[in-house]
Amino acid sequence: MTDYMHAFDLYVPASLEDAARLLEEHGENAWIVAGGKDSFDWFKDRHKQPQAVVDIGGLQELHGIRDHGSHIAIGATTTLTEMEESELLGEHFPVLTQAAAQVASPQIRNAGTIGGNVSQDTRCTYYRDGFPCYRAGGNACYANTPTAMNREHALFGVSRCVAVTPSDTAPALVALEAEMVISRNGTLRTVPSEEYFVGPDTDITRMTVLEAGDILVEVRIPWTWAGARSYFEKVADRQTWDFALVNIALVAKTEDNRVADARIACGGVQCTPRRLIEVEDLVKGETVGPDLETLAKRVAARGARALNYNQFKIPLVENLTARAVRSLA
Amino acid sequence: MAYTLLGKDFTPPDLHAKVTGSAKYAEDFRADGMVFLKIFASPVPHGRVTSIDSEAVKRMPGVVGVLLAHEIKQPSDAGHAILTDYPVFAGQPIFAVAAMTEQQAEDAIQAATVAIDPLPFCIDPLESLRPDGPNANVGGNVANRKDVPLQEIKWTGKDFAKAGDDTLPMGQPAQEWSYGDLEAGFAKAAAVVEESFVSAANAHHAMEPRSCAAYWENGKCHVWGSTQSSSFAVPSLAKYVGISPADVVLVSEYCGGGFGGKAYSYPLMALPALMSKKLNGRPVMMRVSRDEEFYNGSARAGFQGWVKIGFAGDGRVVALDSYIVQDNGSTTGFWDFQNFGMAASVVLQPEAMRFRGIPVLTNTPPKGAQRGPGENQTANILEPLLDKGARALGIDRLAIRLANAPGGGPNGAIGPDRLPLTSAYLREALEQGAAAFDYSQRVKRSGRQRNGKVRSVGIGQAYHAAGYNGWDGMVRITPDGKLHIHTGVGNLGTYSYAATSRVAAEVLGYDWSNTVIERGGTLKAMPFNIGQFGSNTSFTMTRTNYAAAMDARQKLLEIGAMMLGGAADDYELRNERVVARDGSASITFAQAAEKAIALGGKYAGHDVDPELRELTKAAAQMIAGTGLIGVAKDKLPKNGIVPALVAAFIEIELDPETGKVDIVDYLGIADVGQVLHPQGLDAQIRGGAVMGFGLAATERYIYDPAYARPNAKGYYQAKPPTYLDVPAELATLAVEGAHDPQNPVGAKGIGEPVQGAASAAYLSAVSDALGGYTFNRVPVVADMIINAAANLPQSHLPLQTNCQ
Repeated sequence: MTDYMHAFDLYVPASLEDAARLLEEHGENAWIVAGGKDSFDWFKDRHKQPQAVVDIGGLQELHGIRDHGSHIAIGATTTLTEMEESELLGEHFPVLTQAAAQVASPQIRNAGTIGGNVSQDTRCTYYRDGFPCYRAGGNACYANTPTAMNREHALFGVSRCVAVTPSDTAPALVALEAEMVISRNGTLRTVPSEEYFVGPDTDITRMTVLEAGDILVEVRIPWTWAGARSYFEKVADRQTWDFALVNIALVAKTEDNRVADARIACGGVQCTPRRLIEVEDLVKGETVGPDLETLAKRVAARGARALNYNQFKIPLVENLTARAVRSLA
Repeated sequence: MAYTLLGKDFTPPDLHAKVTGSAKYAEDFRADGMVFLKIFASPVPHGRVTSIDSEAVKRMPGVVGVLLAHEIKQPSDAGHAILTDYPVFAGQPIFAVAAMTEQQAEDAIQAATVAIDPLPFCIDPLESLRPDGPNANVGGNVANRKDVPLQEIKWTGKDFAKAGDDTLPMGQPAQEWSYGDLEAGFAKAAAVVEESFVSAANAHHAMEPRSCAAYWENGKCHVWGSTQSSSFAVPSLAKYVGISPADVVLVSEYCGGGFGGKAYSYPLMALPALMSKKLNGRPVMMRVSRDEEFYNGSARAGFQGWVKIGFAGDGRVVALDSYIVQDNGSTTGFWDFQNFGMAASVVLQPEAMRFRGIPVLTNTPPKGAQRGPGENQTANILEPLLDKGARALGIDRLAIRLANAPGGGPNGAIGPDRLPLTSAYLREALEQGAAAFDYSQRVKRSGRQRNGKVRSVGIGQAYHAAGYNGWDGMVRITPDGKLHIHTGVGNLGTYSYAATSRVAAEVLGYDWSNTVIERGGTLKAMPFNIGQFGSNTSFTMTRTNYAAAMDARQKLLEIGAMMLGGAADDYELRNERVVARDGSASITFAQAAEKAIALGGKYAGHDVDPELRELTKAAAQMIAGTGLIGVAKDKLPKNGIVPALVAAFIEIELDPETGKVDIVDYLGIADVGQVLHPQGLDAQIRGGAVMGFGLAATERYIYDPAYARPNAKGYYQAKPPTYLDVPAELATLAVEGAHDPQNPVGAKGIGEPVQGAASAAYLSAVSDALGGYTFNRVPVVADMIINAAANLPQSHLPLQTNCQ
């Protein structure tokens, strides 16, 4: 309602080490920002009021896209525009540049970072409006009631909460088997992207494995899928400045017209990017064509459970899957 | 007629400031000692405030004042309160705090303890009309600012049972009218289309929120505000503040969007002035947030409706019956529902017609006029049904429109009294538009699939009343020879304030570079003009500026005669001089202005027509003695209703797998009579179309009925279209040969139907792409298209509201 942030202490560390020290010092009261595209909404609405805000956006060591030989490293504060325009990524992993190019609006992509895009909170309107739901520490889900307005919500993986991942890059990273590098007190650990995102059955109050004191410093893209066939599509109400109703990312290796290997992930259908494993299992070794499309459609949304207003996502997932498979022809 | 200025492009004088950023909007102003105001908004949709711990709020750091509802005059019935102890919608301002900084004001709001007893609430008009349904106001459930007092109307259980689940129940209406023999019309119809429908509400979302600042000095209340209309805003603002209009000093040079939501003043606009008064005149700034703008910035009324149309074999509408249940919002709202009847009666010219309607209160934000209020909902609902009629009759979709559209000039009639239209060229718009759009070829491929996508064509038509008479104009020629055109109409952003001012220069033969438009506030000596709303500016203000310029012209001629001898008729105006017709002598306008000052009286604005409005007289007094003053009331004859009429053609590509719709091509063609400003007209047609595509396809207005709190407030949730959602090129045309005989230059306005025609064309095309699937619902969002294409039922119930 207010659009006026609470008063907080803003820290602008000069190094990752300084940032880690600040996070340790302020513990649960600390909040990391870089682009601020998610954080500032929370602050302006005053639903989140951390006392110490640590701005890592200026840390050069977290910025940029580099070829490290065994992988490509994308610093967490690299902007989505920089990713979209990266020749290195575009040459080898177009599914990721296409996904980055679909995020929000040009202005937001200029400021928003890859770290923020994969770590942002869900956009469930009830949760964002301050309803005391499970995710906010309460004991109800307001988006899954007989009257709930849940057109944007989950088809899969519901566990009390029906919120979905809003990220466009996350499905692409999962498809590419990316790894997330997390720093904590100077110690780095690497988490597969698929495990980086957590569902409500794991922890209903957060969207990623990040805990207080953790900093996502880098996203690593292994060469596994370099040069593979790829497909990315996002369906939203608007062409820009919109979250996906459903998005899909596919990478595949083909020989002639046969699929040797493939990974497919969807966003907007559950709390985490959803790998379409049944589709992957189906297409491997198969020849691309109408029959395969039909079968892919048949299994793409298997197990989906529609809420009041999101049954359309079932044919949408099926159709996007068919299109992704069709693109391999 | 060939004009020197009219019909030519020019650079409106405010454009440079807008492009460079030097334009000052209301929240850009600052003053010494300024404090900042924040409001406490109701967290509940309906309730009674039982206590506010205002003393604790006052003790918060930096707080200098707290303003409570009981300190302000409260409206009666379903009026819109500035502050209230009886909130009727979530987000309604309850009390206000002023503090040294905005941060402190907000902190104080956050710390406030407010106890509210909740009351039953309602967001669905049909629920409220049920025998035991909740009322959104303790005084009743039905009201409208136009002829519907607050009252309780409940329909019977039988009314609902008879209707079933997918048809509008139709109990006792609040208003109804009819003409012709409806029964006979339906009896002779070759085809009948009968549908129930829903047209969703949608918020105005003006980019500039209604921020405002005020201070008091020497008994005058100075206000920096955001309003579409300048002089017309003054009396209503004065009323809110509780002072005489003469004591209001308003500065309103720019308006960052209004769309009807800032037609004149509004309750929140008075709040800084009232707080400032309590603080002994200290300047108070209120910056309104995006969320606050959603709650307080008005919204288009939603409709649940029913219509039955009988067509003759050639497509002529022989009978039309209709019923509109209007979601009136929580206050007296606007009369959109009545405009359904008017718009249908103009565009379709039915041989017989009945309209029934009822405006029902809901605990949602106040509804107000939004671009084509009622008329554009009508277009969106009726145009796809015309297509359905054409399919039933086996005739072309253009043909069914041509069979009904009024054209040929002063032709056609409106409403139950069948009042005449001053000029109508809708038929010509359809014909000329179809030719320019190559409709006959495009329609042949409409509905065909290519690469999985369906190309289709749609046609839309829309109407809005577009002009008034009887308002005042004022011009001034100063001793430096310049023409000052004083205009109080306002600066919504259409540039029509400037385009219509050029009529005065045209009449007097002025070089445009030698003119000054005086505008932007009461200090500019504004005549009292009707506001910049209702598509009326082009018609109304050309008349008033014409009248003022003709008055100045006469005075120039008289002064010429006085100074050079002979009679006024012996002179004419040429090259900014009063010249003897035989060319033997002349004086400059500058000399005439000096003479006018010397003469005083009527020539210098001291003596004015007693029929002028009081604010015009006061404005004339402000500038009396500074030049030759032309000031006059528009007494030109006018008979009938001025219709703004637009036809639109669109070709889309619809992807049935994703619900995505790409606009391939668009053409809007407007019946505006004489074009005043071609670039301005282009901008109106294009801008209206973009807004129309949002109305038809993307804009969302969502309420969970369990909480009556909105789920789509800000831009990213409510989804008005961006310019990346539309083609870079949208074609525009004005009807050739159109001329309104009741306007001195043949002009009339167009601001509103340019939206409705575009949205209706879009909906017509979407329906055609899906083989004539009739959604009977606006907007048609992506999920509805996907469901339709997948042969799935829609997720909403047939008459459900606030769900898309």
